[in-house]
Amino acid sequence: MTSPSSVRKYPTGGAGGVKPPAFTDSPSLFARNPSVLIFIACLAAFTLAVTLMSEAFGAGVISTSFVKTLGKTLCLCLVALAMDLIWGYAGILSLGHMAFFALGGYMIGMWLMYARTEEIVVTALSQGGLPATPEEISQGIATQIFGVVGSSDLPLIWSLAHSLPLQLSLALAVPGTLALVFGWLAFRSRVTGVYLSILTQAMTLALALYLFQNDSGLRGNNGLSGLQNLPGLDGTSQDIVSIWFFWASALALGLGYLTLSWVVSGKFGSVIRAIRDDEARVRFLGYPVEVYKLFLFTLTALIAAIAGVLYYPQAGIINPAELAPIASIYLAVWVAIGGRGRLYGAVIGAAFVSLLSSLFTSGRLPDIAFGPVALSWVNWWLVILGLAFVAVTLFAPKGIGGLFDRFQNLRTPDRKGAPLGPDDGSLQEQEAQQ
Amino acid sequence: MNLTRRTLLTSAAAAAALSLPRISFAQGETIKVGVLHSLSGTMAISETTLKDTMLMLIEAQNAKGGLLGKQLEAVVVDPASDWPLFAEKARELLTVSNVDVMFGCWTSVSRKSVLPVIEELNGLLFYPVQYEGEESSKNVFYTGAAPNQQAIPAVDYYLEELGVTKFALLGTDYVYPRTTNNILEAYLISKGIPKEDIFVNYTPFGHSDWSKIVGDVVALGADGKKVGVISTINGDANIGFYKELAAAGVTADTLPVVAFSVGEEELSGLDTTNLAGHLAAWNYFMSADTPENAAFIAAWKAFIKDDARVTNDPMEAHYIGFNMWVNAVTAAGTTDVDAVSAAMIGQEFPNLTGGMAKMLPNHHLTKPVLIGEIRADGQFDIISQTDPVPGDAWTDYLPESAVLEADWAELKCGMYNTETQTCVQLKSNY
Amino acid sequence: MRLTALIVAATLWLAPALAFAEGQAAQIIAENRDQIEKPSRQTIGPVITALAASGDPMADDILSAWADKRLVIRKADNALLLATPDGDGLSLSALDGTPAGTATKADLTELKPNAGVRGLIAAALVQFTLTDPDPARRAAALTSIARDPTAETLEPLRAAIETETDPALKAQKQRLERFLTLRFDPDPEARVAAIESLGSDTALDVRAALNPLVATTRIAGAGAPQGQNVARSLTIGRDLNDSEAYALLVAANLAPARLTLQEQRDALLANVVNGTIGGIPVAELNTQAARDRAYTALEAAGTVAAAATDDEAKAALAAHRFFDVYVEPDPTVTDAARAALTRIDRKVSVMQAADLGLDALSLAAIFFLAAIGLAITFGVMGVINMAHGEFITMGAYTGFVVQLFVPDYTLSILIALPLAFVVTFGAGVAMERLVIRHLYKRPLETLLATFGISIALQQILKNVFGTQARPLTAPGWLDGSLTFNDVVSISYIRIAIFVLALVFLMFFLYLMKRTRLGLEVRAVTQNPAMAASMGINPDRINMLTFGLGSGIAGIAGVAIGLYAKVTSEMGADYIVQSFMTVVVGGVGNVWGTLAGATMIGSLQKLIEFLNPSNTLAAQTYMILFIILFIQFRPRGIIALRGRAAGD
Repeated sequence: MTSPSSVRKYPTGGAGGVKPPAFTDSPSLFARNPSVLIFIACLAAFTLAVTLMSEAFGAGVISTSFVKTLGKTLCLCLVALAMDLIWGYAGILSLGHMAFFALGGYMIGMWLMYARTEEIVVTALSQGGLPATPEEISQGIATQIFGVVGSSDLPLIWSLAHSLPLQLSLALAVPGTLALVFGWLAFRSRVTGVYLSILTQAMTLALALYLFQNDSGLRGNNGLSGLQNLPGLDGTSQDIVSIWFFWASALALGLGYLTLSWVVSGKFGSVIRAIRDDEARVRFLGYPVEVYKLFLFTLTALIAAIAGVLYYPQAGIINPAELAPIASIYLAVWVAIGGRGRLYGAVIGAAFVSLLSSLFTSGRLPDIAFGPVALSWVNWWLVILGLAFVAVTLFAPKGIGGLFDRFQNLRTPDRKGAPLGPDDGSLQEQEAQQ
Repeated sequence: MNLTRRTLLTSAAAAAALSLPRISFAQGETIKVGVLHSLSGTMAISETTLKDTMLMLIEAQNAKGGLLGKQLEAVVVDPASDWPLFAEKARELLTVSNVDVMFGCWTSVSRKSVLPVIEELNGLLFYPVQYEGEESSKNVFYTGAAPNQQAIPAVDYYLEELGVTKFALLGTDYVYPRTTNNILEAYLISKGIPKEDIFVNYTPFGHSDWSKIVGDVVALGADGKKVGVISTINGDANIGFYKELAAAGVTADTLPVVAFSVGEEELSGLDTTNLAGHLAAWNYFMSADTPENAAFIAAWKAFIKDDARVTNDPMEAHYIGFNMWVNAVTAAGTTDVDAVSAAMIGQEFPNLTGGMAKMLPNHHLTKPVLIGEIRADGQFDIISQTDPVPGDAWTDYLPESAVLEADWAELKCGMYNTETQTCVQLKSNY
Repeated sequence: MRLTALIVAATLWLAPALAFAEGQAAQIIAENRDQIEKPSRQTIGPVITALAASGDPMADDILSAWADKRLVIRKADNALLLATPDGDGLSLSALDGTPAGTATKADLTELKPNAGVRGLIAAALVQFTLTDPDPARRAAALTSIARDPTAETLEPLRAAIETETDPALKAQKQRLERFLTLRFDPDPEARVAAIESLGSDTALDVRAALNPLVATTRIAGAGAPQGQNVARSLTIGRDLNDSEAYALLVAANLAPARLTLQEQRDALLANVVNGTIGGIPVAELNTQAARDRAYTALEAAGTVAAAATDDEAKAALAAHRFFDVYVEPDPTVTDAARAALTRIDRKVSVMQAADLGLDALSLAAIFFLAAIGLAITFGVMGVINMAHGEFITMGAYTGFVVQLFVPDYTLSILIALPLAFVVTFGAGVAMERLVIRHLYKRPLETLLATFGISIALQQILKNVFGTQARPLTAPGWLDGSLTFNDVVSISYIRIAIFVLALVFLMFFLYLMKRTRLGLEVRAVTQNPAMAASMGINPDRINMLTFGLGSGIAGIAGVAIGLYAKVTSEMGADYIVQSFMTVVVGGVGNVWGTLAGATMIGSLQKLIEFLNPSNTLAAQTYMILFIILFIQFRPRGIIALRGRAAGD
């Protein structure tokens, strides 16, 4: 995000012979990016407003199910931020980030299920006359959890599920490691562009297919369910739990936004944008492009995983359908509609499209009658979304973010026919100031 | 992968309060009936029919003067074949729309997704589809078949009537086939079928490349034993499967296939001339020859305004469930969930196939089991009809479940361990 | 099986004695009316036997009608009658053959015996049908014998061979006679001879006849079993594990059952004394070791039965030997059968490999067909078309719509193929003109824009055609399969798909290498600016190429719809796989796509073969393999070199 002050700072940016902007000696992050402060303020106000209107702590105007919806939307905004960083800033169209998101959800889901079941099993066994042996407890837990999918052994991958800290660290370690290994393999062999997109999509599909198997040890198609019931908090109403998670999601989004703003505003940010615009030149300048990409890929995977950790306890259930390739494509759609290469764009896109989708698919909007034929929104919403998306790509590559440029009178620079790099949709900051 | 499409979009949110402020009707204007069936997404194909069935039943009840002197009002929502959305919509129905009862869900996953919500908020759900059992919730009435009301009798039919001694259990890879096949394996072993004579295969949703699997099954006959196929293949994967069976020249005489998820509705998607004689086990077939069924079919065709539409087993389940609920509410004089649940147990209502269905203390029904042979016209010849079988929430054929019992009348527990004489848990396993 | 034997025996011996017993059948039926209305294979046997043996000339007709579901009850008077279809209605006749008027279906209740009962009826009818003048009924009799072979049918079958006039049926009878001989002939020499006469025939029925001869049971004993035909001696650890072996001992009453944890728990609970068990406080029994100590204490006190310890169990296993013994007592027969089966199995495994190869080829052809359109749009033009799957779906729906209007399946397919091409060609051209043309410089955005089109198209198709699967039926001549033998076979529809894939390969090669259009396409692909300066209109070429790729997807849709399902989501099932086929094979080269499809198809079949119970795993591992493969050959199997490679 640019601001008038930075315009003054680099009055001739981009023209030949001028030394590249030295971000390291620039003033504070907030001075460079006033939008960060605006965003944080909006988020705080929104959180407060929702809290005051909730059933748990306020007027009860907003139902608990809608609080959950809003909380989940915040998580989706967070994963959209990650997507924006990897695609909008670095030009890597990953179609696999929802897999990291879901993996984070699976990891926290394992602890939630295990701990909840453990309570039940221990209580039940303690009524049996003899104090339970550890073997009996773990056998009981396994039967409880896997009984519904026709098994009664606890798979090895559940061996850390008894401990929240360990499982939370897995929630970062598993997606992180997967991203690191996959990214290393892919970037090392210089897989780029659409090939990388297809490869990440294949990765997601493979993971989804793997999890669909019952033998994967994560309950196959059933997935992990009942995640909204926090262990040890049986008496706490979902009205309150939903607000807790809403706060946590808002906090995570705020922190994520701050972190990413800081990442993209420094020299690092310049390098990754340069990689997006011309990877070969950056490599010739001596930057280890692969290392940058790998770092970004892993970082964004971790952010996606954190979003997943917060999302699925609110959704209540996670199953392999959540990481179908289509989910990751939708993620790209949100970012594109919101506006790539600007963090607030991703947040706006995710919130806007996902809330709008649920409004249109809720079945509450009246059908539109064309004579005898009634068209229902439920049936036609996807058509509208699909075509709107095509229109955005064709006519407004900057998405909703483009509107903000209008307000600030920023225009896409006219380079007199020269290409603007491969990614018209991204905000090309320095050029935009001319 | 057909259950996986388009989930995230819709799971993102449900704009509950966005579009509507909380409706607070003056108490007692109408009795609200929530209908929680997917109207879009992959399950819409099956569930839309059930939504229409519910609307038909509610309309008919209103025409009869409603219930407790009030009119019934259907509150239809669309969970869009998206499992998390089922939980969200259920919460919305219970807290925002304040429904008195819900009829809904099709897949087990969707039911498991809804369970925590209705148990937390003390709702009431009628679940109309045959399922894998191993569950009995205080807040759910299961009007579909438990395994002992569909799978076990079908296997008995194979063993006793067809003399099958070698089994191929083919299923889609999800919980219903997995659990059902586990139960069947245990049952077959208890019947003296050696484990190596039970071939099990799981395929993904929407699988289409069946040639090798059909070849493998045909090859099972090489040791001179009579082979029977038990299919828990779900949805449109059946089309490719039956086409391949027909192409391989597999007839019902040499290699019978009994399916638990193929009914009149599914058969309308393919040409059944080559499939005549293969089997399906249900609690209801459209071809059942009773006056109740004739009236039901006529009412359905009139309601849906299409003479070609078929009826199927889950529709009958909703028919029985809804009428039992109406009678229970009348008996209790209120729609209060606890009072109605208590009044539900012991309710009797005539099946469409003859005889009486009775609601048991474990929240399952007694129903007759029917075995039908596919006819060339896509209907079934009913060739076997048992006496009503009481639904068993916990199967007797798996060691962990054999000791469990559900009884909401006396024991007040859905998972009672008869060995330790304790209630393992009051809430369900989800 | 024994039941059938009884019936057949009874019918054969009693039939002549009870000849000319008209009206007998009706009487038997009247006496057993309840059973006949609701027959069970377990109990109906004697009734069928009696009917068949009654000697009543109508018995044959009645039994046949019953098996064909033509035995009906007239609702009006509850009379049991025979029905024959007659125009729209049914003409009825009484059980003694006298006409009884006509009726419609609604007036009657059909008796529907199940397949097991029908099998019994067919077996009982063998006496009438084995020498019936109608060859079809003779064939039915043979089928019935083959399905349920019994010792008693051996002699009548041998007798019937001589009089058989139809050479095919005669051969079948002879074959059946050998199967019955090798199982039931009292003379071991004859049995061995019959076994040997089969050679190494791989037919399923041969193996089905031989395998029961070598069936074994597992036994345990202190020494070698006496007087039994031992197949092999078993070694613990290699052939069976400790607990299986011990279970055998328990089953044979040679060792006491071992204590289960549950039993131990129950025993402990039954002996709680003042809050302690065997002197150990109950609260301390929260480990298995503590429970064992408590149980041992109880054992020592004599309050519970002593359970076998690990050492005792081990000793018991060491003291006994374990064997597989043949059910068939005669060693000469089992040896001959074993040898024959070894010969056959060797051949069967070769056949299985061949069959697997055919399956793999067929799958490869399907992948190729689904991907070839993409190979053009993506491979040649570099355009990512996520809506490719929806073009496949559109093609299939075109086929469905054509079949709505043209009931003749052959004709409708002949119309549907070109029509599908036209429809999807049009859609492709429209899409190229309206969307893709603007995005040639932005490949990632093409991906997203076409994805938008994909979800819109899919939803439109869903709204128009519904979510339900629609029938697309292959013409009759594509029914059935090409069967080389009982192991190797492939359905005609798959052969047709294979041929179609070959045709497209040829067409593509011809188009690209031999036509002006192909030349221009190659020129535009390699260097659009240069091509344009040579007078080629790149816009037109791009449009045509894209239309062509889309059109082929439409035809692929018809083919795929014929062998699987037609739903709005069928195309989406193929899209990721198609992309991978193209990428693995190598972009920009149709041979690459072919190689990619072959590799993916064979690999998937191979993994399925290695892990037959889980098809999902096969798909997972295949994708993992592809990901790894691309790491090592990022440009695919067949990579373009030089200028054409671009970048």
